[in-house]
Amino acid sequence: MFLDPHQQGGVVTLRVSGRWLIENLAAIELELGRLDGIQAQTLVIDTTGLEELDLSGAWALFERVRRFEQAGLKAEWRGRTPDQIRFIEHTLTVSKRPVAAAEVGLDLAEPVRSLGRWAVTQAASAKISLAFLGRICSVLGSAFTSPKRVRLAALVRHVIETGMHAVPIVSLIAFLISVIIAYMGANELRRFGAEIFVVDLVTIGVLRELGVLLTAIIVAGRSGSAFAAEIGVMKLNEEVDALHAIGTNPVEVLVIPRVLGLVIALPLLTVIADAVGLTGGGLLCYYLLDIPPAQYLARVQESIAPTTFWVGIIKAPVFAFLIAYIGTLRGMQVRESSRELGRLTTVAVVQSIFLVILADALFAVLFLELDI
Amino acid sequence: MSRGVIEVRGIVNRFGMQVVHDGLDMDVFEGEVFGIVGGSGSGKSVLMRTILGLQRPAAGTVKLYGRDITTLSEQELRHVKRGYGVTFQHGALFSSLTVRQNIELPMAEFFQLDKATLDGLAALKVAMVGLPAEALDKYPAQLSGGMIKRAALARSLALDPKLLFLDEPTAGLDPIAAAGFDELLLDLQRNLELTVVMVTHDLDTIFRTCNRVGVIVERRMTSDTVEGIVANPQPWIREYFHGPRARAATQAGAADRGA
Repeated sequence: MFLDPHQQGGVVTLRVSGRWLIENLAAIELELGRLDGIQAQTLVIDTTGLEELDLSGAWALFERVRRFEQAGLKAEWRGRTPDQIRFIEHTLTVSKRPVAAAEVGLDLAEPVRSLGRWAVTQAASAKISLAFLGRICSVLGSAFTSPKRVRLAALVRHVIETGMHAVPIVSLIAFLISVIIAYMGANELRRFGAEIFVVDLVTIGVLRELGVLLTAIIVAGRSGSAFAAEIGVMKLNEEVDALHAIGTNPVEVLVIPRVLGLVIALPLLTVIADAVGLTGGGLLCYYLLDIPPAQYLARVQESIAPTTFWVGIIKAPVFAFLIAYIGTLRGMQVRESSRELGRLTTVAVVQSIFLVILADALFAVLFLELDI
Repeated sequence: MSRGVIEVRGIVNRFGMQVVHDGLDMDVFEGEVFGIVGGSGSGKSVLMRTILGLQRPAAGTVKLYGRDITTLSEQELRHVKRGYGVTFQHGALFSSLTVRQNIELPMAEFFQLDKATLDGLAALKVAMVGLPAEALDKYPAQLSGGMIKRAALARSLALDPKLLFLDEPTAGLDPIAAAGFDELLLDLQRNLELTVVMVTHDLDTIFRTCNRVGVIVERRMTSDTVEGIVANPQPWIREYFHGPRARAATQAGAADRGA
């Protein structure tokens, strides 16, 4: 309905008709496709029946005619050549002929090359991470001699945002986890008549491992992602460049308050998580095992060594540093696009949780060797 | 006079207590370049968003090609939106897509076209706005300010609209790039028989490209030909077109037109 080809000897007449608009382009392309393989010397394009033509329709016709011309046919336009065709011809001849998307062929060297590229990227990324760590350390070191380099207002804001605002969720999780542990332990230990050891289980489990680990994981999800996103958006808005240009050190203004803030906030959160966890365990013992609070407390005192609490809490600043370091580092790496921002925020959370768990494992080995 | 493309009658826009437009009228006719001018905060962008159907006015009608878009459903509005092209002030190119993907996105969204057709059309649009073919596979972050404006124009022309809205098309460009953009716009407007509505502060662009100008003063619009608006006695309009920064552009514009 858009094309009506007639062949007479070596002359093919194309009667073009109807509405050649972008909404009909799929159908038009289909009809143009049927012309493939026509053998002729001359192509006459008759546009007198054309109702409407837009640029996309004109391009489709132009492309097809051009291909016939390249195959050696002579093209003639009957009536006036449509303005759109002239415009396209002018546009495409004035500018260099646009290249099509690069053809993707089979290339055996490509896997090797991409492995090489990957290795180089990884090495560069490791170098950047190390340099960033160095910059944090150098600013922190100089803060000992000039305490003004620590921005107190920002530091306090981050302690409040990453610490105080996280108290409800951290408490809730600590409570639920200790209740779950106590419940599971009670079921198992009751068979041996050893219910009282539920208290040991909860106390040591929460104080040594779970309190700090769960808190760190929640904070990594909450604050690690927030750090990466905040700094990433500032990078996209060129605010980080502006800080550089003003003569301030972005690490000092953006990174140090976050790192120190979290290093302060996470141990405090851990103390709260420990307390809520022990309370949760105590409640469950009271209701399920009929252990009165006084006996529970006495048993807690008996079960812990002097170091139990400190073994847990000492890990908190280390975890906090890892989370803040990864979060701010990934934020600083955001460049160019919003997709980068999303990707690096995800990377920040995943990596900081991974590093927290890895560090926890290393701590476990260390404490085992130290026999505490 | 030629056919009316946009007919705005009695538009009222308010945000809380603040009234931005109060009974604003505006007409744009087929084939003209219409400039919208106004002080900062006078509601130029709000007016444009209202005409685009991105924001419903508190009162009044907006007719595009005779259809009142203030009463249309989301579905009908989608069809209207297909019929015009828009460029935003900062380009608003999708930063995670290449220029080619940016241009192909609206086409692929509305029509079932194969990859070769899409690529061919994208290449045509890029050539049309005077960008080199290499720009096709670049990301917006790799382009200069002028190239971003051109790429945004190419995307706005993806569906072959007859009506084009431009928000501050030359803002942030150097004078040479801005002049280049003016010429490109005029060239495309003539060849594609476009009707163009633009919000601009650039007096050179107004004098070079616009047929008529609408000035938003005191929540209403005064529109006239460029010569007419320059001669308008209203104090703000006088200040705008006869202020220290305006004189040079006025003279250059007069010389341009004389030539």
